[in-house]
Amino acid sequence: MTVASDPSAPPAKRPIRLTRNLMAKLASIPMILTAMVVFVGGTAWTVTYSFTGSRMLPKTKWVGFDQYERLWDTDRWLISIKNLAIYGVCSLVLTLVLGFFLAACLDRKIRFESAFRTIFLYPFALSFVVTGLVWQWILNPDFGLQNIVRGWGWESFTFNPLNDPDTVMFGLLIAGLWQGTGLIMCIMLAGLRGIDEDIWKAAKVDGISTVKTYVVVIIPMMRPVFVTALVLIAAGIIKLYDLVVAQTGGGPGLSSEVPAKYVIEYMFRAQNLGQGFAASTMMLCSVVIILIPWAYLEFGGRKRG
Amino acid sequence: MSNLMKTLFVGTALTCASAAQAVELEVTHWWTSGGEAAAVSKFAEAWNATGNTWLDGAIAGSGGTARPIIISRILGGDPMAATQLNHGRQAEELIEAGLMLDLTDVAEAGGWKDIVNPSALLDSCTLDGRIYCVPVNIHSAQWIWLSHDAYENAGLDVPANWHEFVDTADELKAAGTLPLAMGQQGWQQSIAFGAITIAVAGLDAWKGVNVHKDASVARGPEYTAVFEAVASARELARDSNVQDWNLATNMVITGKAGAQIMGDWAQGEFAVAGQVEGEDYSCLPGLGLNEVLDTGGDAFYFPVNDDPAITAAQKELAALLISPEVQVSFNLAKGSLPVRGDIDMSSANGCMQKGLGILANGGVLPSSDITFSADTQTQIEDLMAQFWTGDMPAADAQASYAQLIEDAD
Repeated sequence: MTVASDPSAPPAKRPIRLTRNLMAKLASIPMILTAMVVFVGGTAWTVTYSFTGSRMLPKTKWVGFDQYERLWDTDRWLISIKNLAIYGVCSLVLTLVLGFFLAACLDRKIRFESAFRTIFLYPFALSFVVTGLVWQWILNPDFGLQNIVRGWGWESFTFNPLNDPDTVMFGLLIAGLWQGTGLIMCIMLAGLRGIDEDIWKAAKVDGISTVKTYVVVIIPMMRPVFVTALVLIAAGIIKLYDLVVAQTGGGPGLSSEVPAKYVIEYMFRAQNLGQGFAASTMMLCSVVIILIPWAYLEFGGRKRG
Repeated sequence: MSNLMKTLFVGTALTCASAAQAVELEVTHWWTSGGEAAAVSKFAEAWNATGNTWLDGAIAGSGGTARPIIISRILGGDPMAATQLNHGRQAEELIEAGLMLDLTDVAEAGGWKDIVNPSALLDSCTLDGRIYCVPVNIHSAQWIWLSHDAYENAGLDVPANWHEFVDTADELKAAGTLPLAMGQQGWQQSIAFGAITIAVAGLDAWKGVNVHKDASVARGPEYTAVFEAVASARELARDSNVQDWNLATNMVITGKAGAQIMGDWAQGEFAVAGQVEGEDYSCLPGLGLNEVLDTGGDAFYFPVNDDPAITAAQKELAALLISPEVQVSFNLAKGSLPVRGDIDMSSANGCMQKGLGILANGGVLPSSDITFSADTQTQIEDLMAQFWTGDMPAADAQASYAQLIEDAD
């Protein structure tokens, strides 16, 4: 939200900082207010009330760290975190790798590129709820993939990830990747198109193989694109909720629960706001712990310039 | 200016006058499945017949989805005229905050104290001696539904109680039928746990834990037997690859599974499939061992409103919902039991008659919506989801359960 300073401004008549770009500042006041009141204010309110024994209605009955102690004693919360970690690591790595791989394939000047691009991007137009339902049916052993393959004659074929507590997270992962990879592919493709043709010519002259050019030259040049992709994927992972609700409902048992679902259910189904706030505060903490060092590395250095 | 004022006054007066005659009341509920929608239309018809207008505010999704919407509307100062909630403690804090209309005068005029059976229903609407809701139906959860097809295919007699069911489960399995259909969701597993508790541990132990919240009973030998029974029951339901309760019911209807433990709303699924009680399926209240039912169900609450015309209409609607004709038509469509014992339900089917008989004999228990807070209920459901789905040893589950009971409120 900071307004970029203009180093080329004439030093002779020093303008008052407040009135510089006055219109722009005026125009951004509503957004600044929204950000302050809704985001910062809402966050502060949530953190404050996580130290109370609020049930259905927020009340200032202070209970100290009780909500947090209960939270970290709850199996469901620990399972949720473990599940999110599995999903997060797999999703991050696979989305980046697959997205880049697909983009690189499309970038090889293949035929029908735009048709493929549309096909890969299409799932992104669907909401997570639709994605979840579709994949619930595809992975259902009685109607879906398993049934079809058995119908082809492979009687012993078993593929039933959603009903096995050990594999259900991978069932979710398949749906998540199907939905999200297309967007990352497009971002990567845009990045690849931004690479100067001369780089490729130079690499060819030097006799560097295509794969090696990608890994050693192109990927480091695409750092900003990767950062954008990373932020998008990470945000998607942390807020993972609707896919789970639509596809598995957290089941079987608790084996596909995620933190966001814990927050919602304790706030509204269990009518225990304090507990839900404590859980959402912990989610905020984890995001902050990851974001602050990254933001420092990414933006901190530029202040010097 | 004065003309404008005049117009405004006349307009206001006209609105008030018309409001006194016909009031439009918005009613929110989460009855959206086929049978439920048919049932709620009985309310709407009866209300429209009085010359008022029923503005239907159905919220899709189950109570878990609808309740937050309803509660946030009331809290946010945009209350509906009336809303469904489960009776029990869901509205406790809203009543304490003075957001719900006091119906005590309507209740006294209608003599609700004498007609509502079981009287516990009215108690769950009462806070500090004042009445805040109208119970409209009773749903009980302690039922097991048995498929006649499945047992005939295996050459077995249909069990008459839980013990017979467990004894024949292996033979059923050998015949290629899944003994127990179970939707893999915490609330369903919690219902099954509650029903097995009543069957195995008996009423005293059940009351000790669920009513008196005595953790020592939950740690005692009766409950050890319950957790062992559930641990063996989960093996019978191990291959049940469904999540939603109606899909599990469907397995019983098609004979793919022998039985399901589910509340009396499952009856609607059998009815839609055209099955006949006693020929195609059987129902055993209290799992055929302890014939008691809990008295959960639905009630209507009326958020406080500034407009006296609406308040009067709210009270009128409250009296209408519990009137004999509306009770009969609504509950027959819904498949639930009526809240008053003085009406003719002879056209109800076999399972409902069994339920009515139990109610008449006073075999009623408070539902967990009434005895436990939503918070404790959710924690118990989480534990049950974990216990039924995984390999948690019975002793560990019992210890966790006893701890929840100790902390319960």
